[in-house]
Amino acid sequence: MAKSKKKVEMVGGLIEKEKALDLLYKMVLTRTFEENALEMFSLGKVHGTMHVSIGQEAIAAGSSPALRDDDYLLNTHRGHGHFLMWGGDLNHMMCEFLGKENGYCRGRGGSMHIADVESNNLGAQGIVAGNMPISVGVGLSIKMRKTEQVVLTLFGDGASNEGAFHESLNMASIWNLPVIYLCENNQYAMSMAFEKAFKVEQISDRASAYGIPGVTIDGNDVLAVYQAVQEAAERARSGHGPTLIEAVTYRYKGHSKSDRQLYRTRDEVKQWMKKDPIKRFAKEIGVDDAQFKEIEDRAYKDIKNAQEFAENSPEPDVATIMEGIYA
Amino acid sequence: MREISYMEALREAIRQAMQKDDRVFLIGEDIGVYGGAFGVSAGLLDEFGPERIIDTPISEAGIAGACVGSAVTGMRPIGEIQFSDFVVIAMEQIVMQGAKMRFMFGGKAEVPFVMRLPGGSGTGAAAQHSESLENWFVHVPGLKVVMPATPYDAKGLLLSSIEENNPVMFFENKLLYKTKGHVPEEMYTIPLGKSNVVREGKDLTIIATSVMVPRSVEAAGVLSKEGIEVEIIDPRTLKPLDDAPIIQSVIKTGKTLIVHEAVKTGGFGGEISAVIMESEAFDFLDDPVRRLAGLDMPIPYNRTLEHHAVPQVENIVEEARKIVKGVY
Repeated sequence: MAKSKKKVEMVGGLIEKEKALDLLYKMVLTRTFEENALEMFSLGKVHGTMHVSIGQEAIAAGSSPALRDDDYLLNTHRGHGHFLMWGGDLNHMMCEFLGKENGYCRGRGGSMHIADVESNNLGAQGIVAGNMPISVGVGLSIKMRKTEQVVLTLFGDGASNEGAFHESLNMASIWNLPVIYLCENNQYAMSMAFEKAFKVEQISDRASAYGIPGVTIDGNDVLAVYQAVQEAAERARSGHGPTLIEAVTYRYKGHSKSDRQLYRTRDEVKQWMKKDPIKRFAKEIGVDDAQFKEIEDRAYKDIKNAQEFAENSPEPDVATIMEGIYA
Repeated sequence: MREISYMEALREAIRQAMQKDDRVFLIGEDIGVYGGAFGVSAGLLDEFGPERIIDTPISEAGIAGACVGSAVTGMRPIGEIQFSDFVVIAMEQIVMQGAKMRFMFGGKAEVPFVMRLPGGSGTGAAAQHSESLENWFVHVPGLKVVMPATPYDAKGLLLSSIEENNPVMFFENKLLYKTKGHVPEEMYTIPLGKSNVVREGKDLTIIATSVMVPRSVEAAGVLSKEGIEVEIIDPRTLKPLDDAPIIQSVIKTGKTLIVHEAVKTGGFGGEISAVIMESEAFDFLDDPVRRLAGLDMPIPYNRTLEHHAVPQVENIVEEARKIVKGVY
């Protein structure tokens, strides 16, 4: 991604300023995409459900830039940000969201299953922890093919209590597989609060059960995420196995569009909104209000253009309904 | 002609596939130095080493995930679920992930893995190690389901399954492991979706799967002495199902008996029956399509009870006789 050879201004000694501005734009783009998506739902323009990551954008922003272009991603159901950060094209992402033929998955997957296999983005995930055993296979494949790639496996606090979590971390650990387990702890597994679902204080404490490093970081801090993922990637690439990273964050919106949020207080949400990852990153990289407004306007325009593109894109032909089931 | 066992045929298929293609590997519980719970992989560790004959912890979901994840990134894994019953723990990875991935991603992914599953009763292993669960997977779009009955089919179908670009559920049968038959030494494939007419006859069509195929053949010998000639068809792959030979045979005989070990209710027999009803063979039926299958119960431990829980040769003889003589 290195572009300019002249004097390179760095942010936090980690990310080039130019790259950081791009990340900020994509964070805003993610939020705008999701706010727009919620609006489209309210207007009845889309059907089904989706899960927005508003409030959690720093994790996506910090993780993918710390990786190589040929690394693998195993995303979650709340993964719009990761999809965009991984290089997803907004127009075709919007098409998938609207179930159009020229969407990434020809309209067959939707928000919850969006994937771009060509860029080693192995898909969002509808089953909590469903991607965790898969990461063992991807890690094994990398090891057998000796390509020094890594796989970034995303999951939430909820997934950490699935049996698949244990099988996956254990197998990846015993074989030193190049897996980065990045847990987005947003405090709630649908309505189940973190404190009620865990006896341990931090999910990363569980790493010790597998003999691997575990770290808990501020998931609203782009640079902290970047640094943790970069370290985990180095470790994985050099054959030293997986790392469990717990990124602590918060989702502002409900679990899905039908959530009445009876399990938490408005005040709690407000407290977390004060720690907003986008505003924080903008400040860190020296973006002032006027510049930020410009970024927001650009993102809004891009989202509306993408929406128009998608709305004018063709629906799948019913004659093709059975395509893509078998190779 | 060389005769080897069903188990040796499977081992030979795995060995030859691994020799031919570096992407093929075997992964499962106790498949390395132990040689597999039933001995299928005995000796393969010495030949291919622990990088390609991968012993796992007892983690069926992990094994399935290892297959799905490595398959979608360019490998061709063969997973072994030690007893097919244990596949319940791997169901999510197989059904929700492996089977659907290609479709969910708009036809842009390939997930070429084979899951080997030793099933069936008759070993005194009781209710949690003796089931026949193949039909669960027939019900899952995206999977193929294979069930060889002979050493020849075991090798040819396994080699085909390994070459498949889709997930294949490969149901082996524990009682068949030691049965012997003609198996060519060279690599050969039997296409998936090709039924086999095991025996020709004019009086009754028997459609049988897995261990019920040799039992039906034995029953046919008994019936032949009574002047009843049965035609036996083994679909070999339940999905995709090659229904043409079944339909042709029913048109010829007008009478049908479906025999499988899995419990009758919700079993594959119902599917075959419906396929016949919906075909042109319907007009040729002289008698209702009959099913002889496992009782609707878990497999009991007691030897006598276990024997009576699934169709045996004498049951097939009796049932066939009743149908042919019209005294049902």
